[in-house]
Amino acid sequence: MLSALLVMAAIAIVLGAVLGFAAIKFHTEGNPLVDKIDAVLPQTQCGQCSYPGCKPYATAIAAGEADINRCPPGGEEGIQKLADLLGVEFKPFGSDTAAPKPKSVAYIDESTCIGCTLCIQACPVDAIAGAAKQMHTIIAVECTGCELCVAPCPVDCISMPVIEEKISNWKWKYPLYALNAAQTTDQTTDQTTATGAVR
Amino acid sequence: MRKLYRFHGGIHPPSNKMQSTRNGIARAPLPAKLIVPLQQHAGEAAKPVVQAGDHVLKGQLIGMPDGFVSSAVHAPTSGTIAAIDLQLIAHPSGLPNLCATLIPDGKDEWVEIKPVDYRSHSSDDLQQLLRMAGVVGLGGAAFPSDIKLRTGKQKITTLILNGAECEPYITCDDMLMRERAAEIVQGAEILRFMLDATEVLIGVEDNKPEAIAALQQAISADSAVLEQNRRHEVVAIPTIYPGGGAKQLIRVITGLEVPSGKLPTDVGVQCFNVATAWSVYRALVYGEPLLSRVITITGNVRHAQNYEVLIGTPIDELVALSEALPDTDHYIMGGPMMGMPLPAVHVPAVKATNCIIAASAKLFPPPPPAMPCIRCTRCVEVCPAELQPQDLYWFAQSKEFGRAQVFSLFDCIECGACSYVCPSHIPLVQYYRFSKSEIRAREHDKQLADQARERHEFREHRIEREKREKADKLAAREKATQTAKLASSQPSATQPTELEASRAHIREVAQSGTEPNATEIDIP
Repeated sequence: MLSALLVMAAIAIVLGAVLGFAAIKFHTEGNPLVDKIDAVLPQTQCGQCSYPGCKPYATAIAAGEADINRCPPGGEEGIQKLADLLGVEFKPFGSDTAAPKPKSVAYIDESTCIGCTLCIQACPVDAIAGAAKQMHTIIAVECTGCELCVAPCPVDCISMPVIEEKISNWKWKYPLYALNAAQTTDQTTDQTTATGAVR
Repeated sequence: MRKLYRFHGGIHPPSNKMQSTRNGIARAPLPAKLIVPLQQHAGEAAKPVVQAGDHVLKGQLIGMPDGFVSSAVHAPTSGTIAAIDLQLIAHPSGLPNLCATLIPDGKDEWVEIKPVDYRSHSSDDLQQLLRMAGVVGLGGAAFPSDIKLRTGKQKITTLILNGAECEPYITCDDMLMRERAAEIVQGAEILRFMLDATEVLIGVEDNKPEAIAALQQAISADSAVLEQNRRHEVVAIPTIYPGGGAKQLIRVITGLEVPSGKLPTDVGVQCFNVATAWSVYRALVYGEPLLSRVITITGNVRHAQNYEVLIGTPIDELVALSEALPDTDHYIMGGPMMGMPLPAVHVPAVKATNCIIAASAKLFPPPPPAMPCIRCTRCVEVCPAELQPQDLYWFAQSKEFGRAQVFSLFDCIECGACSYVCPSHIPLVQYYRFSKSEIRAREHDKQLADQARERHEFREHRIEREKREKADKLAAREKATQTAKLASSQPSATQPTELEASRAHIREVAQSGTEPNATEIDIP
């Protein structure tokens, strides 16, 4: 009886020590879930979710304070990813968030710009180059298309043209083809029609 | 006789090569207008270095390589640059790209060209020369050749020249091997020299006996090959589509398998197309940049033939030479298996154009409507990359791109063997292309997002730091004014500063004659 108690106590002490050691050794700073959610978000830092950036929104989702359907730049695919990550149901966009738009990039009309630097202060990713009373310009590759620079501009010289499809960003489309009535095919003709023949 | 190996699967489509091999390579006449795209190669587009209105000579640089993977573009003949603007090109998107339009003056006047003796140059110098000569792979992918020669520390034992030309209809490499075998062999020797390979194997499918004979004769007649006692060998390989795929050819000739996600150089082999070897020879021994190539015009035409064509020649002029039949309804660039329909027939021929097939509904009947996949796995049996095409199709449909990658989607060479045998006529390759470009786009977006996150975090950090610095400065100023106030309220003349005190101390020590010890003196 006593020996059994002693054995159990010894096991408990050993396991407790292991757990205590692991708690210190494998301690993680912050909430790892926040980083995982942040990795899924599109990082436009646009604030359309009503939080001041992607990280604060991720923190709010992790804390259970925010819904997963508040990020228009992420699109429905983004909601799906968040749903998969958090193990919750997909939720369509609510009426209080803006509808997803095609990706755009800011453009400054340099002949109108007065060099007030207000847009530079608004840009969350430092994608505007310029100085006081000097013309400003967008560093297009860094621009996330968040539109935060549009409102502060006192002369309305910033527009948000949609990114056009070019050869460099063109994607193969999902194969779609019209269904015609069944035809009788002549088996004796050349059947060498693989990829090239589907138009 | 060399022992040959097999790759998995493969098909035997009707070859249809006889039509275009009856006559030799003809030189296409100088067109009235040349449209030279500035991106004819894989990688970054070349940067234009001429302006509209400039007069250029044949072989003059008009596009400077821009970026690591890039290649030069030259004026194919002498004339005037009419415009540098967006023009429709041969691309599956049907979108325009930057092109230089050249109006030939008919003089065909060469720029000064400098032949080099390749033996007296280092491989690095020769790579730079090839980059500036615009030499790219002429098998169809148009990958800059200088990058493939940049093998670094990897030891290349075998150089393989790809003369398999496995796609139906295409005969441009076949005719080139028949007519210019000696130049190909010398080009191979230059490539071997640059790679420092020990052997050169030229793989040719056994349905091209004339080409094999011509190459064998060229090797036995070549003095450079003979005197070095190198192993140059023509290897006749069985005719199976896609035996001309680089990984498949390496497998057949050497028995080596290039692992998934690796390059042929990782197993000590490098592969070049025979036409590329020919253009390497012209670029170094004659100093001529890549200005023309051999193109097969075949299919629904009266006289199928191979033409030596200046880069930038509008394809409709070539088709007119071979007299396309009236029922032709579209044109295919490349072969019927991997080629793409041209968005318009007036697009220019580029370095990657190996074949133009005039197509009619009779020659290539439209595929019957696709039926559901019945999981017969005939595609698995023929897949040369040993993939599971039916699963990849499934993942593309459900857009499960992660799983497609796990199933080695990127090992797919898009040969079209799976679509060819599919009893349900599913355009499988289109699904794989869709998946691949979606995955690439997502990776690109992810990169941009990571960059944006980093910049945003740095900005937050910077604003925080500026705030702190401002607060510190303010605090310091406050403190300074306070001490100044304090000091002004007390008479300062009676209190010598610390500096003056220490100076006085030094003076005392010096006067007393004792050697000052460095540790004793404490000068602030």
